[in-house]
Amino acid sequence: MTAAADVPVKATRLPGMAVALVLASAVVMAVLVLLPLFIVFHDAFAKGVQAYAAAIREPDALAAIRLTLLVAAIAVPLNAVFGVAAAWCIAKFEFRGKSVLLTLIDLPFSISPVVSGLVWVLLFGAQGWFGTWLIDHDIKIIFATTGLVLATILVTFPFVARELIPLMQDQGADEEAAALTLGAGGFTTFWKITIPNIKWALLYGVLLCNARAMGEFGAVSVVSGHIRGQTTTLPLHVEVLYNDYDFVGAFAAASLLASLGLVTLVLKTALEWRHSGELSAGRRH
Amino acid sequence: MTDQAVLPSGPVPGGAGAPVQAERRRRSRWVEQSILPGFPVAMGITLTYLGAIVVLPLIALTIRPWELGLDGVWKALTDERVAAALKLSFGLSAIAALVNAPLGLLLAWTLTRYEFPGRRILDALVDLPFALPTAVAGIALTAIYAPNGPLGALFAKVGIKTAYSPVGIFIALVFIGLPFVVRALQPVMQDQDREVEEAAQTLGANSLQRAVFVVLPAIAPALISGVSLAFARAVGEYGSVVFIAGNLPMKTEIAPLLIVIKLEQYDYAGAAAVGLAMVAISFGALVLINTAQIFLARRGRR
Repeated sequence: MTAAADVPVKATRLPGMAVALVLASAVVMAVLVLLPLFIVFHDAFAKGVQAYAAAIREPDALAAIRLTLLVAAIAVPLNAVFGVAAAWCIAKFEFRGKSVLLTLIDLPFSISPVVSGLVWVLLFGAQGWFGTWLIDHDIKIIFATTGLVLATILVTFPFVARELIPLMQDQGADEEAAALTLGAGGFTTFWKITIPNIKWALLYGVLLCNARAMGEFGAVSVVSGHIRGQTTTLPLHVEVLYNDYDFVGAFAAASLLASLGLVTLVLKTALEWRHSGELSAGRRH
Repeated sequence: MTDQAVLPSGPVPGGAGAPVQAERRRRSRWVEQSILPGFPVAMGITLTYLGAIVVLPLIALTIRPWELGLDGVWKALTDERVAAALKLSFGLSAIAALVNAPLGLLLAWTLTRYEFPGRRILDALVDLPFALPTAVAGIALTAIYAPNGPLGALFAKVGIKTAYSPVGIFIALVFIGLPFVVRALQPVMQDQDREVEEAAQTLGANSLQRAVFVVLPAIAPALISGVSLAFARAVGEYGSVVFIAGNLPMKTEIAPLLIVIKLEQYDYAGAAAVGLAMVAISFGALVLINTAQIFLARRGRR
């Protein structure tokens, strides 16, 4: 893979260029990608560790953390169950309309997060299709936790399904068919054959789904109403503080989200390195 | 949702004679027989969930703008502020995606062609813009490129305003689009047949000629697909842009922000009109790009 290996002619020229290109890549990554990460932590601790700790222990911040965890705890498992069910149908069976189904599953990825929030307001907002009915029955969806959950589910909808479908299509149905022929029940086959075969890809999908669910901003921003301590998830808490010029508070909360992103990145990379054979084709490095 | 009524809703019931046969025939038209169980349940879950979470909301998005009537939708979209925002969003997204092409090529090239210390770390870091929540990226980029920020001050010295101007929006869009291009190119560059390059080299092509005439045509479809993904993401991007943009009407207001503003004014239909227009224009652009990609792939094979 080295540059020198495939260049017997003019071997002296290319390594110099290789070094230049590697350095250029490193500079691009450092300035464009690493600097923002560094700034988050730098500004979070700009007024010392105590100011940082105080910003994170503040009641509104704690409420935002709790709400973020709650929303993810509902949205991620639902999308995981859906992902497994959809992948089971698509990978193990042949039926008409499969490509339409695949397109619909991928659709949320190509929609703006703001539109993913907007659609729920169109349905359940005060002037939404079901708005009057909801008001009559005293049910609150928009500007409440339910709306945050719905918006998050829509934004993270394809993550698990997308990881599982190509992998399960590669694996085919032979192993399951063998188990069934040997007399195993459908449920046993699923638990003992299918789940072990897809466990790492499932974990990978859940990991990405969770990171996006906890970090989502645009979609939840539309349905939240920004009621401090009640409907502000952690990313929205960052926005509220930032707009109040409380920069240490904003960057302290942001540093928690950045840490979540970093942990996700490390786990994801570890999965790609250790279990590359058991992830979808595109994830094999 | 509607598909559910059409697709088979369960296994062949235990009835006898003609109804069973009819049922079997109806079922086989839609789904091939399989020894595996669970299709009806899994398909039921899939379609119910898909219907409730994706299809129903998108139906609302498609229908609600027309409450304004055809004229009203036209007026809502050609309103100067809306038109300016749409132009800004699509224009800057296109420029940012195009700038991501050389940057992505550079990174994908070094990551797949050279072995150097820290290569795997650099590779993992490419995903950082994906992993960093958008609001975090937004305030961080603003802090960097604000007039008193480390890079913003540098640019200010040469008279370029970065944050709170279209340049700032552009930087944020390059940031979030970069991984799409790199990740689209990497697998293709990894698998590329080195023999063709070696043949070209034997025939006397220098490294630049090899890069332009041998490598580039082969990776063109992947490059286009990466650039178009970056473009699509940039058009809808909100969190990483809204802080750095400054949000001045007619100047630095992006289309997604206009949806938020219209919703705050309880102009649901207007907001839906902008949302639908964004989806429609992105979709049209993607169809165009896909066509170009298929065309190029065909030429590449010849």
